[in-house]
Amino acid sequence: MANIPSVEALLHNTPLADVHAALGAKMVGFGGWNMPLQYESILSEWDHNRKTVSIFDCSHMGEFMIKGDAVACGLDSIVTQTITDMPVNTCRYGAMLNEAGGIIDDLIVYRKGAEDWMIVVNAANIEKNARHFRAHLNAKANFEDASFKTAKLDVQGPQSRDVLKALGLAAIEKLSYYTFGQFQIKGVPCLISRTGYTGELGYEIYCPWEKCKEIWKNILDNATVKPTGLGVRDVLRVEMCYSLYGHELDETISPLEAGLDKFIDGKKNFIGRQAVSAQTPQRTIGYFISASRKSPRAGNKIFDAAGNEIGMVTSGTFSPALNAGIGIGFMDSPRRDAGVEIFFGDEKSKAAAVVAKRPFYKFGSLKT
Amino acid sequence: MEIEENFLYTKEHEWVSIEDNIATMGITDYAQEALGDVTYVELPEEESEVEQFEQFVSVESVKAASDIYAPMGGKVVDVNRKLEETPALINKDCYGKGWIAKIDVRDMDESTNLMSAEEYRNYLDSLH
Repeated sequence: MANIPSVEALLHNTPLADVHAALGAKMVGFGGWNMPLQYESILSEWDHNRKTVSIFDCSHMGEFMIKGDAVACGLDSIVTQTITDMPVNTCRYGAMLNEAGGIIDDLIVYRKGAEDWMIVVNAANIEKNARHFRAHLNAKANFEDASFKTAKLDVQGPQSRDVLKALGLAAIEKLSYYTFGQFQIKGVPCLISRTGYTGELGYEIYCPWEKCKEIWKNILDNATVKPTGLGVRDVLRVEMCYSLYGHELDETISPLEAGLDKFIDGKKNFIGRQAVSAQTPQRTIGYFISASRKSPRAGNKIFDAAGNEIGMVTSGTFSPALNAGIGIGFMDSPRRDAGVEIFFGDEKSKAAAVVAKRPFYKFGSLKT
Repeated sequence: MEIEENFLYTKEHEWVSIEDNIATMGITDYAQEALGDVTYVELPEEESEVEQFEQFVSVESVKAASDIYAPMGGKVVDVNRKLEETPALINKDCYGKGWIAKIDVRDMDESTNLMSAEEYRNYLDSLH
């Protein structure tokens, strides 16, 4: 057994690994990273996020810096969304596809300047994505994978704006949804966008890796802020019906099945476009609420009222907001309308649920 | 980690307290701590017969579902209905108000397959 490193030893650490340990966080491997699952309890952290404000260490996520004219350097044809008309200091959600039309990753494009871009991608896909960008950008692009020198802290919750204003960031008031600006927190330069994954008013703070601890401490010094783990982050995103790569998105899933249609620019040429045009979705993503506190789990089967298997659960959790189990999954076409009864589980044990409209959680402070 | 001295334990972290042939069971402090906030308990049917170490309950936390096994074989004679409304009783008081089911024991000799508090404490130490 010599020379075989443990799984833990193979995981990357964010700049805050010892901070999480000191806070007594329960740690978990996620996307190749050693990440805090929870500090206190998932329900108390959920409550604090929805009512007050939380900070999340999201330094595991990937950041690519690209300089070049979007069309001329090849960037425009790698991402599915329209980017050429983006004003500077705005961001836009989309995806990148393989030639077969499968989803390599979902991502957010930040336009920092006319020819200056930041692409934010999922942690588990950093290396794969960097290879894809390097292979498809041309010599007119300057590409840098800055994932290991860019830390990211998410401050999310109805009071998140007050927390940043208390740090002297008066101009944060001007940031509208999906825009960003350059700020300084106690002298440390940060890019801050009004984006997030919780459904609450919130900000994502990109800062230098070696300054991350300082920023974390400055924010957490505000007594209203609580550290919050990935466990809650997943509950919050499922309550908002946000997709997660590896669950609702992957290279075998069509963007049409995953409901990414509106993040695809049908007027431009992009990798995978031909394949997507030829696709006829065989299944559609759907959302459902359990009739009880019993929660659906990824991998559960979905049945119709007659007992026919019609799909599979991709994400499931207990929702504190609804006091019921909630799930996301793919169901055979045709699309089942809200209110239709379905069942989740396996052949031996099925639990009732109803198809719902997204999002499950409708009371977030996201646009306040 | 709290362990009740007079209870018996399984390797799957169930506890059992046997009195007058009735085995009251639940999950241990170690188990509730590992699970986190309990959100749902699928209770066994009353009057159903279970074998020792047969899965007969499911306890769900926010993020996962866990199988719970019968520490003793016999007939389920009572279940803790309070857990339907307040599953968090398992987190708050796992050896008391968070009990799950009572089993009318079929064969008392099966208790020799269980650990004493001392043995369970050593078992927990061996897991780390």
